[in-house]
This record gives sequence, C-alpha cells and structure tokens, in this order.
Amino acid sequence: MTLGWSAVREVAVVSSAVHQVEALTFTPDVQLMVPLVNAAREAVGITQDDVDFTCSGSSDFLAGQAFSFVQTLDAVGAVPPISESHVEMDGAFALYEAWVKIQTGEAEVALVYSYGKSSPGSRRDVLAAQLDPYVVGPLWPDAHAVAALQARVVLESGAATPEDLAAVAARSQRKAVGNPNALRASADATVDGVLAEPVVTDPLRPSDLAAEADGGCAMVLAAGDRARALCERPAWITGIDHRIDPQALGLRDLARAPSAAMAAERAGAAGDRIDVAELHVASTAQAIVLSGELGLTDDVEVDPSGGSLAGDVLMAAGLVRIAEVARRISSGTADRGLAHASSGPCLQQNLVCIMEGE
Amino acid sequence: MGSLGERTAVLGVGQTEYRATRGDVSIAGLVREAALRALDDARCTWLDIDAVVIGKAPDFFEGLMMPELFLADALGCAGKPILRVHTAGSVGGSTALVAASLIRSRVHRRVLTLGFEKQSESNATWALSLPQPFSVSINAGAGGYFSPIIRQYMARSGAPELVGCMVAFKDRRQALLNPYAHLHQPDLTFDQVVEAPMLWDPIRFSETCPSSDGACAMVLGDEAAGDASEVPVAWVHGTAMRSEGNNFPGRDEVSPQASRDCAADVYAQASITNPRAEIDAVEIYVPFSWYEPMWLESLGFAEPDQGWRMVEDGSTALDGGDLPVNCSGGVLSSNPIGASGMIRFAEAALQVRGMAGDHQVDGARRALGHAYGGGAQYYAMWVVGADKP
Repeated sequence: MTLGWSAVREVAVVSSAVHQVEALTFTPDVQLMVPLVNAAREAVGITQDDVDFTCSGSSDFLAGQAFSFVQTLDAVGAVPPISESHVEMDGAFALYEAWVKIQTGEAEVALVYSYGKSSPGSRRDVLAAQLDPYVVGPLWPDAHAVAALQARVVLESGAATPEDLAAVAARSQRKAVGNPNALRASADATVDGVLAEPVVTDPLRPSDLAAEADGGCAMVLAAGDRARALCERPAWITGIDHRIDPQALGLRDLARAPSAAMAAERAGAAGDRIDVAELHVASTAQAIVLSGELGLTDDVEVDPSGGSLAGDVLMAAGLVRIAEVARRISSGTADRGLAHASSGPCLQQNLVCIMEGE
Repeated sequence: MGSLGERTAVLGVGQTEYRATRGDVSIAGLVREAALRALDDARCTWLDIDAVVIGKAPDFFEGLMMPELFLADALGCAGKPILRVHTAGSVGGSTALVAASLIRSRVHRRVLTLGFEKQSESNATWALSLPQPFSVSINAGAGGYFSPIIRQYMARSGAPELVGCMVAFKDRRQALLNPYAHLHQPDLTFDQVVEAPMLWDPIRFSETCPSSDGACAMVLGDEAAGDASEVPVAWVHGTAMRSEGNNFPGRDEVSPQASRDCAADVYAQASITNPRAEIDAVEIYVPFSWYEPMWLESLGFAEPDQGWRMVEDGSTALDGGDLPVNCSGGVLSSNPIGASGMIRFAEAALQVRGMAGDHQVDGARRALGHAYGGGAQYYAMWVVGADKP
C-alpha cells in the first residue's frame, strides 16, 4: 500500500540546463556534462558544497563501456566526497530517487543529471538488447520494427488514422521552432507533407520516429523554503509516480499503456486542469496512446518544445521533459504541467511528474 | 537515526546458492529464486510488496541492456514501481539503501530489493575490456588495479607478507559453514593458499574472489511491519553512501576519505563511538584478501597501520575472535558481483536476527554491512541491530 500525498514534503525544480544536438562526435560524456552541471548550479547561485544529494542516470550500453558513469562523476567534482547515487535509467528516475531522498529528511538540495550519446553506434539495433534475451533478443528486432508493430496495433484498434499520426508529427515540428535543442523543426510542417514521406518501417515515416540526439540535462531540486529562497517561482512537484508493465510484447495490448494511466492517477494528474504536457515517446503512435492513458484533454498544450519527437536523447529525454515543463512554470507561462518519461519497448515503463507554480 | 524518517526493518532475506554456473535457471529464474525465498522468510506474498529496487553491475556482464525491463514480470512488478541502481561494485549495498529510503520516506511500506549477477551468461573480461577511443587499455583487470594500492598499504603499515593469505584461509574456512557459498574447499591448507600462483603481485590466485552466478534479496518494511513480524527482524540503525573522484592530488587510495566519511556518518546515526566494542559482527567487501586489514583501519576498527595485527592475532575469526569478519565466507568465497554488496548487507541482518545458521556469531546485537566499488571510490554502508532504534 502506498501512503497518501498528505505525508509528502514540498520539493521543487529550481533550475535546469539542457543541451541536445545531432552528434557530439568529439565530446566525451564528462565534457558534455561540465557546462550543464555548472549552469544548473550557477543559475541558483550554489556550488557542490550546497548540494546534499546527487543522482544521475546513464547507460553503459550507449557509452560502450562498463562503469561509464564513474568517469562522468568528474563533471560534478566529487572532491571532497559527496553523497551520491546512480540509476541505469533515464534521468527522470534519478530525479525520483532524489525526490525520495529529500522526502526522508536527509537532504534539502539535490543535483540530478543524465546524458546519452546515440551517435557512436546504431541505436535502433542497440535497443534490441533490452528484449527477452532468450526468445526475442536473438531475433534482433530493432527499435523501429518494435515501434512499427505498436503503431500497426494502434491503427488497427481504430484509435488513430495515418492522418492522426502525421498530425502529431507536424504539430511537433511546428512547435519545435524556436527551441534551440530541437533537431527537427519546421514552421511549415503539414499533415500532407508528412504523409508524402516514404515509409521507413511500415506504417512509420521518418517524422513518426523520435529524432535521435546526443546530449544531456542537469537540474537542481530543493525543498520548501530553500526552494523559495533559490528561485522566484519554483516548479513544485505536487505528484510523482512511476509504474511498469510486463515486457512480453505478445502478452500486452500495445494500443494501451496501463502503467502510464496508473502513474498519472497516482501522481494526481486529474486533480486540476493541466496547462502543458511534455511526452517522452519513440513514435507518433505512442503520443496517441499516451493522450488517452494520461487523460489529456484538447485544451492541454502538448509538447510545447516539440517533445521528444523533435529531439530524443536516450537516457535524458524524460528528464528533459521535466525540465521543459518546469521552465514554463517558473517563467509564468504555465501554472500546472505534466511531464512524462518512459523506458523500455512500447511504453513499458512510465513516470508521471505533476508540477505547479505557487 | 533521526526522528524525521520512518523506522525501517529487514523482514526477510533470500539467497540463491552461489555457483560458477547456474545453468539450470534463466536470469529470470535466478532472481525469482532469491525473491521467493526472501518473501517466504518475511512471511509475505507478492501482493504485500509495494515496489522493487534491483541492482546489478555492468549490463555487459550478461549482455542485457537495462535487464529490469525484462525481469519486471519475474519479480511480480506488473503495475508496480521498479528502480534499477548501478553504482559500480558497491551496487548491492546502494540498492538496499535506495530501497530503505523508500520506507524511511514513507513513500512505501514494504519493498523488495534484489541484487544479482549471472556472469556465466557473458564474459566479464570482455565486458571490462571494451576498447575505448583515444585510450589505451591496460587489460589488467581489477587485480591489476588494486595490487599497487595493496603494495602501498604493505609498505606504510609494515605488515608481514602472509597477512593476506591468513585472511583468505580464514574466509574459506568460514565459507564451509555457509551452504550458499560458492567455494567449499574442506581440504584446503594454509600452505596451499601460500603456494598458489601469484597473479598480480602481491595478490595470489588464492587471495582473489571467484566469479559467481547468484542473487540475493531482502524484504524491507516500515515500523508497523517490523513490529508485526512473527520472525525476528533486523532494524536499520544507520545508512550512508559516499562517492569521490578517481584521480585528484593528495588522494589517499589506501583509506579514501569517502570511506572514512561514510563510516563516520553511519556510526553517528547509530550513536556508535567505539565501533570495535559496539559492533558484534562485520560483513565487509573484501574482493582481494588484503582489503580486510585495510578496511578494518578505514572503518575505525583498528588504528591506522594496525589492522593487520587483528588478522594475525585471530580477532577477526568467527572461532574465538572478538570482531568476527565475513563469517559467511565473504566476497572471497562468493562473488556474484551485482549481488555481492547486498549479500554483505543481508548477512549483517541475518546475524542480528540470530538466523545465520552455522556461521552465527553468538549473541550478535549489532552488525555492519559494507560495500565498495569503482577505483575504491563508491561506498555504501548500513548498521543493523536486533533492537528498535
């Protein structure tokens, strides 16, 4: 049994820094993260000495090296020693661990970061290593094939038409204009334009698939009055939850993501109107699935940054969604927002973070 | 611990047999075996578990990327939260600490935590030696990395050459009392330990840990769950994690500051001022024999440069010592890497529950679980006790 929200301590996102580009060919992970960690700390005038807990997320499979995160720790400057942890998950889950740590009362200020570089390898093939290693992985279905399988199920379920998928893609590209971290942006994007693209993996076109990016994100969290002192308008985390579904693709209705609906419910998404939502998806079909599972109504502005379709840093895209929503709340352009992060094939694991301004 | 957080109890422990190859089970079967044993020990079912926290060492060790995704089903996680921790060799310990924080924060009431490694599925030497751009691999393995640090310890402490062999012989003898231990060598003699081939001078083959398949799980619960338990529980008296950079001027690699800071933090939470007198059993992460005296000093059980004397005079032996260390046989007798830290934490809990079987320390009331990783950079520790803090 999970306890009610009455027990929770106020925690807010007080700063963040994001960088994503097509390829960081000559930039090691640690070099990527030094300016981002510095920017997040300096934005609220703190140093590592002010940070009570640090947590990061990354993947050895992307780095091509065991214990790859050990070297990236140098971006933080763990001298003198720090209280620190790492998850082999998207940074949104590192944020969750940091949020829990603050809930214990053992930390007031936390630094969270994550990063990933897909460009050195073939990401669509690498992701096949996430599948059941005995009966699915050896067939090496790549990530585009798995996404297409789901998209086909979504189309055949009647939940969407090919035009609906194209509309999601075109919307992302139009909204991404003005986002310096977007890889795929176009003010002129249209449904017809997307539908005119050749199919990559039937029924998906290039614009239906998230634009692979290299990059990272760093963020500072703070509790209660500490957050108010550090930031004029903190983005308060009023609910956060994550859930997972079994992986076996044949056992799931791929047009649904029950764990996303559960996470949204437990995070209290339906408690009040949502101004903005940022979704972490691998395909346009996943955006359609999530819209239903998260209960996003037509008046919610979805993916104002272009979302992960416009630029998707594996291991950081979920944390970037939280940063995008938090930034809009802190700037006053939104009062309440939903950020979503996912992991695994076909929206297997989902995290929902609700943030509000004061 | 402070009054803010929820009191946390270890309700159950489950371990698999540790073996070179567990060819009889899949990875899912392996983790499920440990999880079911922990649930049985805690008198729980899957329905009682709110969340799962899983840890393991590099994904390349099995060639499976983010295996928690595939394993969610086997661990009864459908519709539940699962977190995957990875903090190098300390991961088994830090995984347990993340699980403990979920209880302490009152986010959940019962959490299953588990560490595993199935090294036989892949090749650890390959996994650790992937070529990197712009850097030359020394292909020395962990022993090659740690042997110069051990040499430094020997030089500055003046420890006799055979102290490491004494540790290895003690732990292998103690492993005979632990049915789960990988290495069972009933006929091993001290001379055989000494005469074993030298791998990375001064580390002999007999002074290194084996490569094991295995999993270890615990069920952690809140105060109400601990109070209601029909079987003895272990109460968490303190938890701490520390990390430090690998390279910086003046770094003490023999007794890193992160280790000393982590120990000071966990003792302060447990109100321990004299660890040697106040702690009854110790499970420390000793992958190479010499790390026992080195950590005894760093953890405050011995004065600097004097830890080897505790080995030499038998203080750390289950049979007759006043501070028995690694009664389970330790990492030197079983090393499923991602689980090895959690085994230390779980064995500490078993000691204070009085459930350690033939390797039980009589009357143990408080115990330390310890894990480290990276280039001796990552630390996770907990103190558990028979009494509620």
